[in-house]
Amino acid sequence: MLDYGPDAILMKGLDGTNWHLKDYEARGGYGALKKVLGEKMTADAVIAEVKKSGLRGRGGAGFPAGLKWSFMPKQYTGPKYLVCNTDEGEPGTFKDRDIIRYNPHMLIEGMIIAAYAMGTAVGYNYIHGEIWAEYTLFEQALDEARAAGYLGENILGSGFAFQLHAVHGWGAYICGEETGLLESIEGKKGQPRFKPPFPASFGLYGKPTTINNTETFAAVPWIINNGGDAFLALGKPNNGGTKLFSVSGHVNRPGNYEVRLGTPFATLLEMAGGMRGGRKIKAVIPGGSSAPVLPGHIMMQTDLDYDSIAKAGSMLGSGAVIVMDETTCMVRALERLSYFYFEESCGQCTPCREGTGWMYRMVHRIEHGKGRQEDLDLLTNVADNIAGRTICALGDAAALPVKSFLNHFREEFQYHVDNKRCMVSEPGGYFTAAAGTEKAA
Amino acid sequence: MLSAESLKRIDREIAKFPGDQKQSAVIAALAIAQDEKGWLATETMDFVAQYLGMPPIAVYEVASFYNMYNLEPGGRHKLTVCTNLPCALSGGADAAEHLKHRLGVGFNETTADGRVTLKQGECMGACGDAPVLLVNNKRMCSNMSREKLDQLLAELK
Repeated sequence: MLDYGPDAILMKGLDGTNWHLKDYEARGGYGALKKVLGEKMTADAVIAEVKKSGLRGRGGAGFPAGLKWSFMPKQYTGPKYLVCNTDEGEPGTFKDRDIIRYNPHMLIEGMIIAAYAMGTAVGYNYIHGEIWAEYTLFEQALDEARAAGYLGENILGSGFAFQLHAVHGWGAYICGEETGLLESIEGKKGQPRFKPPFPASFGLYGKPTTINNTETFAAVPWIINNGGDAFLALGKPNNGGTKLFSVSGHVNRPGNYEVRLGTPFATLLEMAGGMRGGRKIKAVIPGGSSAPVLPGHIMMQTDLDYDSIAKAGSMLGSGAVIVMDETTCMVRALERLSYFYFEESCGQCTPCREGTGWMYRMVHRIEHGKGRQEDLDLLTNVADNIAGRTICALGDAAALPVKSFLNHFREEFQYHVDNKRCMVSEPGGYFTAAAGTEKAA
Repeated sequence: MLSAESLKRIDREIAKFPGDQKQSAVIAALAIAQDEKGWLATETMDFVAQYLGMPPIAVYEVASFYNMYNLEPGGRHKLTVCTNLPCALSGGADAAEHLKHRLGVGFNETTADGRVTLKQGECMGACGDAPVLLVNNKRMCSNMSREKLDQLLAELK
């Protein structure tokens, strides 16, 4: 049995093999869809329930899902689209992969209900190119749903029609950005679009489109079955429900854990088996690599919900919690992250295309004992001149790590510049090896 | 230019999209073409362009934008190891060094016997299983200790 923790509601009763339709139905699956169609719930009633639940976007931005759904034009008579973002490539994030491989029908059911609420006849689930096995499994799940009449022309005899397809990327972080993802489905380079117009008015093929993260759709059946109020009550006001947290880095049991929003970080760390080797916690990136890093002692006093993490100075983001212990060189950690944004910048906006490379080269030379004193301020200056000056959030995502690492761990960067070597590890040394970790879900 | 089997797979992808949006299948079509040919030569991309009714330049743009396409011939096996921060904290960077040492090549290089091309990967969305690597884009190997890396290398002929 896969164990996501005692609070799990979405990832409950899973063993890694019971993902098939019959298993999902045995767990009560597709009951929410039957309720919506059987009770002839109105689209507005479905959206109202989702609004009441306090469900916020699980992909990173945390935008209220029900509100987003209400932006879809109701009077529009042409084609409208529903898109799921399973392009999970935010470093540290690996939760959506578990949803589509262990409980794919929960996502499919959530998308059918969303399609019903927004009057969309066609949907796509865009899956990260690197997880081919999961992509093929999800296609099998779609075939099962079609054969059982949950997808198609006349779903469960209700007259409601919805077709859902799986598509895949082929290695581009930027396609996780919603408009980059739409460009990619259209068969183009995944370069984000300027907003506005937002996808609800100009989305896939220029038609009204709603895009949500995998985990957001996956929460919908539970909300319909148990009510928006019950979901909200699992978390805290403005932060409804449970959330999957992907814990990686220097912990004993890296893995996914589903906890109620508002759970203390210390509890999650304990679920993940505590710090590897009993070492001291140094830093945590709480919401995927694009979220500002926080010192461990601040994190240990912070609760895991959108508002608490924002108050502590970072973001809940995708729920990817990257834990670093006292042996971690923060310069080297930032060097790797900066390389990532440099590598993945789509090249469309000058500040990001040029700035990410510039920041990487500076951090690289500081790490390799060639840093100059003026680099420290120049790094912040370059980061400031990227943030807010690009079409999409990748520019901000590249700038935030640089600014937060320098803000909280400036003395390590200064030490590198002054002494041409690291204050915590051997020159050229690598990160702590994986020896002795146990596996969790 | 592509086998009947590949064309059948491409047609299946085209059918997912509206009739006037065949271009939407290009990412899958190029991946299918690469499966068959091993890499994307210009004439292969031109064939895909023609098949989907796209200007060839639009296909080249896609092929050069997404990093799992092979734009030149490589080894019989492509190993892409994730060295991004979450993986590196659990041995991902060490795994890459081990592979470099065992294969005698750096990133983006192919062993002299044409057996393996080594690549550095970015996040594969499997950080909890670090170290992780992909074999020929589609097979993910998890928790790759040195012993498991050596076993994998022994298996790849």
